[in-house]
Amino acid sequence: MASAPSKLYSDDVSLVVVLLDTNPFFWSSSSLSFSQFLTHVLAFLNAILTLNQLNQVVVIATGYNSCDYVYDSSSTGNQSVGNGRMPSLCATLLQNLEEFMNKDEQLGKQEPEGRIACSLLSGSLSMALCYIQRVFRSGLLHPQPRILCLQGSPDGPEQYVAIMNAIFSAQRSMVPIDSCYLGAQNSAFLQQASYITGGVHHKPQQLDGLFQYLLTIFGTDLHSRNFLQLPKPVGVDFRASCFCHKNTIDMGYICSVCLSIYCKHLKKCSTCGSVFGQAQTQSDEPSATNRKRKTTDA
Amino acid sequence: MSGAAQVTKRAKYKISVKDPGTTGALRMNDQKLMFMPDNRNSGAKLVVEFKSIQGHKYTKEGSNKPPLINLANAQGGSYIFEFDSYSDLHVCRDFVSKVLEKSKETPNAALEKSAVKLPDEQLSEEEMQLRIKLLQENSELQKLHRQFVGGNILTEAEFWAARKKLLDRDPSKKSKQRVGFKSAMISDIRPATDGRIFAEKPAVHRAFLNFVPNKMTEMEFWTKYCRAEYLSRTKNYHAVVAEAAEDEELAVFLKEDDILANEVRKKIRRVDPTLDMEADEGDDYTHLPDHGIFRDGTKESNELQSEHYRRTLLQDLNRHAAVVLEGRTIDVEREDSTRALAEALARSKRGNEGADNNANEERLDRTPRVAEIEDLQAPHCLPLAPLSIKDAREYFDSQQANTLKASRDSQASMKCSLSRQEAYGSVRDAISEIKDMGLSDPIVNPEVALKVYSGLTHNISSIKYHLGKNPRETVLDRLPSATKEKLLYHWMSIQELLKHFWSSYPITTPYLYSKFTFDDVQVNRLKDALSNIYPQLEEMKESLPADLRHQVSLLVRPMQQALDAAIQHYDADLQKRSAKSGEKPNGYV
Repeated sequence: MASAPSKLYSDDVSLVVVLLDTNPFFWSSSSLSFSQFLTHVLAFLNAILTLNQLNQVVVIATGYNSCDYVYDSSSTGNQSVGNGRMPSLCATLLQNLEEFMNKDEQLGKQEPEGRIACSLLSGSLSMALCYIQRVFRSGLLHPQPRILCLQGSPDGPEQYVAIMNAIFSAQRSMVPIDSCYLGAQNSAFLQQASYITGGVHHKPQQLDGLFQYLLTIFGTDLHSRNFLQLPKPVGVDFRASCFCHKNTIDMGYICSVCLSIYCKHLKKCSTCGSVFGQAQTQSDEPSATNRKRKTTDA
Repeated sequence: MSGAAQVTKRAKYKISVKDPGTTGALRMNDQKLMFMPDNRNSGAKLVVEFKSIQGHKYTKEGSNKPPLINLANAQGGSYIFEFDSYSDLHVCRDFVSKVLEKSKETPNAALEKSAVKLPDEQLSEEEMQLRIKLLQENSELQKLHRQFVGGNILTEAEFWAARKKLLDRDPSKKSKQRVGFKSAMISDIRPATDGRIFAEKPAVHRAFLNFVPNKMTEMEFWTKYCRAEYLSRTKNYHAVVAEAAEDEELAVFLKEDDILANEVRKKIRRVDPTLDMEADEGDDYTHLPDHGIFRDGTKESNELQSEHYRRTLLQDLNRHAAVVLEGRTIDVEREDSTRALAEALARSKRGNEGADNNANEERLDRTPRVAEIEDLQAPHCLPLAPLSIKDAREYFDSQQANTLKASRDSQASMKCSLSRQEAYGSVRDAISEIKDMGLSDPIVNPEVALKVYSGLTHNISSIKYHLGKNPRETVLDRLPSATKEKLLYHWMSIQELLKHFWSSYPITTPYLYSKFTFDDVQVNRLKDALSNIYPQLEEMKESLPADLRHQVSLLVRPMQQALDAAIQHYDADLQKRSAKSGEKPNGYV
């Protein structure tokens, strides 16, 4: 499972799986326009492919209703589309992206309610991990995979469990998850993902220099990262969301059997069904649950 | 340490081996050695502390060289002394090695020994040794001990009172283990007086008990035993029979050991049938003569059915191994004579039998209970509720319903003002725009790129400055090591003092009172010690460069707070007591 055998291949061959956020509701209200964003990203992907002949790039679109593979540099079915004004990478990717957006629109029926809807990050993370697993099993000679998450939509607390599962399996397979957050607030999930898996998290200050950020911070392969100083966040936001209301909480109740998090005291755990005992003292806290505090590091 | 505290010998002090040397007297004591030449004016007087002596070499007796001893000092120089005779050399050499060994202990061993001895405590020699050993092993403990007990802030008893666990643990280690039997077999004929023969050959044991001292003396008994042993080693089986026929006591030794046979049968009965292992008489191989190698190396057929059996090597080995593993059941040193030994062994065996019987009964009871036939049993109903882990999909599906009413109070400041269609439309437009126009050129404006670079560099360097290269490094590691040591040391001593301080409250006995009062001649130990730490902490902070000072003061603050709390409590208590000075204070006579 480890990527150590791939050292035989070459130290700096990388497979970058890019999770592209295509949530239309976010992009329509973002200061960076989607077309500019795509420009930066396409140039970045090209740059990665030129860094090493054996590098591979896979792009997965994280949509509002669905996720799908949009581009795979190692597939030979990249017919050259379009008018030759741009490399086939871009043409293929854009074509697929357009088709994906159409499909995505068909899938969704409801309007989002007021706030910005979140994209299905958990879905695309899982797809990326599955692809990487396939690469691992393809033999000893494979590039070193990593995941780059370009996300602008806010965290969806209902995806907390799935995202955490994906993060831990990435940690187990030693796949770092880099993340670049383009939205306004901070994304706790992405910070945790990068922290736990050993990747880099960055929130660019200047969005029109996005390409520069991408190339400087996220362009290097894993081997070279040992020699480089990449920006580290000062603290990580470790807040979880409660399982009952999906609110982000930093102090709550935890079931001692299945470790599910609740924001208020319940008689019975809704995940595993265990009944919480009566409190031994007269206080509100039952003896079967703990209070757990997750603090943000200063 | 036994031995002379001082040694004086005539010797010649030489600078090098070839030097004729100056005659004089060499005197050595615990601390130093002194050489006084005969001729006072020669100026070769020498006084050397043993502390600076690293090692010593000497010439061996029997070689043709003169008796020399060479003491090497730390700077690489050496002092060579030639003695008049080898016996002098040996005396001096022994003394020097003793002193050097002693000085290899921590230099404060002497101080500790004096500190540990207290007139008012009945300490046994053992306990003192234990304390000294603990202090030597644990340097932290030693530092604390030196600081507090040496500085008269705490008494010895108080210091160790908090560490009862350390002291208690050791005595149990010193419980005497009985030395067991040697594992070498008795192959020679000389009987050892450690009861091993009795343990291995119970028939001999019984014979001993019966015969001695009634029928024969011990000497005769052992003579006959040895004769029997000798006979059985010979290949002449017939001689054995013949002699056995003559001398019935001898025959005892040559007979089969029936006690052993009984024991083995008992063991077989003791086998737990619920273990589902078969055991039967066939396992009693110790008495089947056709197992193993005959001791005399030949294999003869078993025609001669007589009661004289041939012991096989295998049987002997097994019996010997069993005895050694069992260990000694009696304390050998206490028994003076073989007779007493035999009786003690017999007694202990009788004691064991009683226990055996009980165990047997219990086993008989248990057997029918345990030997159940599984197929005929009713299904076990455990009084537990089974764990029901529901299908995860149920959970996620039910949570979907929740997402619709989820977080209206989320922190999104930007609201999506477009409808669905419009949003998707705008994205699609963007894509077609790129398709038509191609990628922009340049992708990034150079000024913007420069700004990005400088921002990143600044970011990285400032984080590195604050966090350090290794995120797991603690604050302590970043301080210079001397400061770190001092901090830890202060922390430890504060902990120790506070422990004693708080344990003395509430003050109920005059002894506790004396720890704090000003009236006594004895100074107010603990409180002074506590207040003395403040200036030390301040001084330490001052000595640091400015950038570390803040961090150190953060670390030091809880220490100061703890000290403040203690001193406040002390003052408040003092006030209370002086307010009541007209009346008798509580418990104070």
